[in-house]
Amino acid sequence: MTDVLTPVLSANWGDERAWKIANYERRGGYRALRKALAQPAADVLGTVKDSGLRGRGGAGFPTGMKWSFVPKDNPNPKYLVVNADESEPGTCKDMPLLMASPHTLVEGVIISSYAIGCRYAFIYVRGEVLHVIRRLQQAVREAYSAGYIGKNILGSGYDLEVVVHAGAGAYICGEETALLDSLEGRRGQPRLRPPFPAVAGLYACPTVINNVESISSVPAIIDHGAAWFQSMGTEKSKGFTIYSLSGHVVRPGQFEAPLGVTLRELLELAGGVRNGHRLKFWTPGGSSTPILTGDDLDLPLDYEGMAGAGTMLGTKALQIFDETVSVVRTTLRWVEFYKHESCGKCTPCREGSWWLVQLLKKFEAGEAVEGDVDKLLDICTSIGGRSFCALADGAVACVTSAVKHFREEFEQGYGTPAWELFPYEKSALFTPRTPPAEYPERDSNPGDGAAEPVHEGGLA
Amino acid sequence: MSHPDNSAHGPMGHEFESFFPESGGVDYSDTETSIDETTYDEMRQLAARYPNGRSALLPMLHLLQSVDGRISPKGIEACAEVLGITTAQVAGVATFYTMYKRRPAGRHHVGVCTTALCAVMGGDYLLQQVEEKLGIHEGETTPDGEFSLERLECNAACDFAPVMMVNWEFMDNMTPEKADQLLDDLASGQEVHATRGATITSWREAERVLAGFPDGRADEGPTAGEASLLGLEIARSRGWKAPDIPPPVTADEPQDGAK
Repeated sequence: MTDVLTPVLSANWGDERAWKIANYERRGGYRALRKALAQPAADVLGTVKDSGLRGRGGAGFPTGMKWSFVPKDNPNPKYLVVNADESEPGTCKDMPLLMASPHTLVEGVIISSYAIGCRYAFIYVRGEVLHVIRRLQQAVREAYSAGYIGKNILGSGYDLEVVVHAGAGAYICGEETALLDSLEGRRGQPRLRPPFPAVAGLYACPTVINNVESISSVPAIIDHGAAWFQSMGTEKSKGFTIYSLSGHVVRPGQFEAPLGVTLRELLELAGGVRNGHRLKFWTPGGSSTPILTGDDLDLPLDYEGMAGAGTMLGTKALQIFDETVSVVRTTLRWVEFYKHESCGKCTPCREGSWWLVQLLKKFEAGEAVEGDVDKLLDICTSIGGRSFCALADGAVACVTSAVKHFREEFEQGYGTPAWELFPYEKSALFTPRTPPAEYPERDSNPGDGAAEPVHEGGLA
Repeated sequence: MSHPDNSAHGPMGHEFESFFPESGGVDYSDTETSIDETTYDEMRQLAARYPNGRSALLPMLHLLQSVDGRISPKGIEACAEVLGITTAQVAGVATFYTMYKRRPAGRHHVGVCTTALCAVMGGDYLLQQVEEKLGIHEGETTPDGEFSLERLECNAACDFAPVMMVNWEFMDNMTPEKADQLLDDLASGQEVHATRGATITSWREAERVLAGFPDGRADEGPTAGEASLLGLEIARSRGWKAPDIPPPVTADEPQDGAK
């Protein structure tokens, strides 16, 4: 029986200047790299495969298997791309990891690149995190100086270049094929699959794309072995992972635990729901994963446990909302996010998210009419599963799950505004000075620009 | 910026104007620029970092914002020239990403997160307050060019909600009082430190780092915020750890690196 929390990736976050290479090495950093380079690449891949590591970015695909899809006979260069575009609402694990210990990722990148036979790796970080990017840039420079990246790494004959690449503000670039288009200097729009990136990815060459946390788990697996990793977690969800608790809890934060821990256990560590309040609903892994309620506190937070409850483990972003929160308002905000972030390539998503926002605004304002809940669900059926990527599915999942659990609250929107049912100041962490005048409209929405006056001096 | 007059659409295609002024083209009558030979050199350096130069387009646009304070028409032409692609291809990319601004952002670019979780926890009130204090709406810049304001989507700091950003540095656990103080300090030129980050510089300097030209500030600020360390500290206090991990050594006690 393993302990409730098992800090591995986060073990050095409390160290002074943990981001410096010397401090990382004192902790045993880059020991796994030496071990890896002393083995054939196929053995490194084999260890990762045997460990049972699955993708930590949302989909949960087995990492070693993904690597093994890279064709060995393809004459083109192979690429590794790390997805550090962490933008899924609620998700906040990769940024603290990269800020505190960027070398954990850098070491993982080198080992993983060696395993798949790649000579050029990219770390695609969202652009809106300046200090994370500074630390990552510095870590890569330090690794070059130490001879861990570059030509003939540690005398092994293996060469690797690593580039830190900042994005420019687009959630969709967290979708792997959109990320590739963005990294090629284009608009970030998803590609139709097949071909899958393993066969034709960056520059139409074989490409592996993994989440920050997945790649960062590789050094520990190589250092301690597949069996050690397998000793944590549940039958099909092996190892440790970072859970992020946010929202109406006494102490929000990051918790690294074996897969399969429950929200009840994590909530207890976080001091519970804020004083005088109770849990109303929560997301297991970001806003794209269907919401759950207080009935689901004892479900194992692993891939199977969440799938069994009709939702997904996603990014393990546990957003906690208490009874003061209007589910209608929250759903509107999430869908508004998807509307803003829809890349516009697929009509059901581009237009459908627009329709959903309009309708949800009526629910929020108490101006929906009898039958609008069914209309909402009907629109969802025209969006979900009808686009190139999963963004549309996420937009729909938060709506359908909210209606499933709180249909009566939506029906109250046939006449009563959400802010009367759930006075908004009660959800805030501080006493507000003045209520917001109105739902904050976005000047940069092109459609609004056509219908309404545009403020002088708008930016976008 | 005024709306295009739809009645002006004649039978000839060249008279067509975008119906959506905010999503449309680039105002090529705006010729102001600070791009010089150094900028071109740096753009070529960026292109050389990639197997295929066009991959440097996003970093180049970040660089141009640091030079021109916006994506200028001249900047779009410069990218097209360096990469050997069309201005339409560059403009298509520049208009897709929200971090690229076609009109000048402020010396300090302030963001308030209003995605669901931050919104309900107070972000909506903070946005309203900041709008009133700065006298601008989100998406605008103050007339003196000191501040621009943006309504942010989730910035990956939810355990520090409600969150604000200044020049893409984290301002965690915001309150109305902290927001006022922050804006006052920035306006009066006082030194301001990000909660988890460095001394606040300017939006343009931040853009230069994002382009890939470091500013030497990586070692400023803490390793992690309080919320980031919560699980680790609980594990330590209760003696919880992963199986078979050697006990931690303190950072200033060098170990041989071997097991």
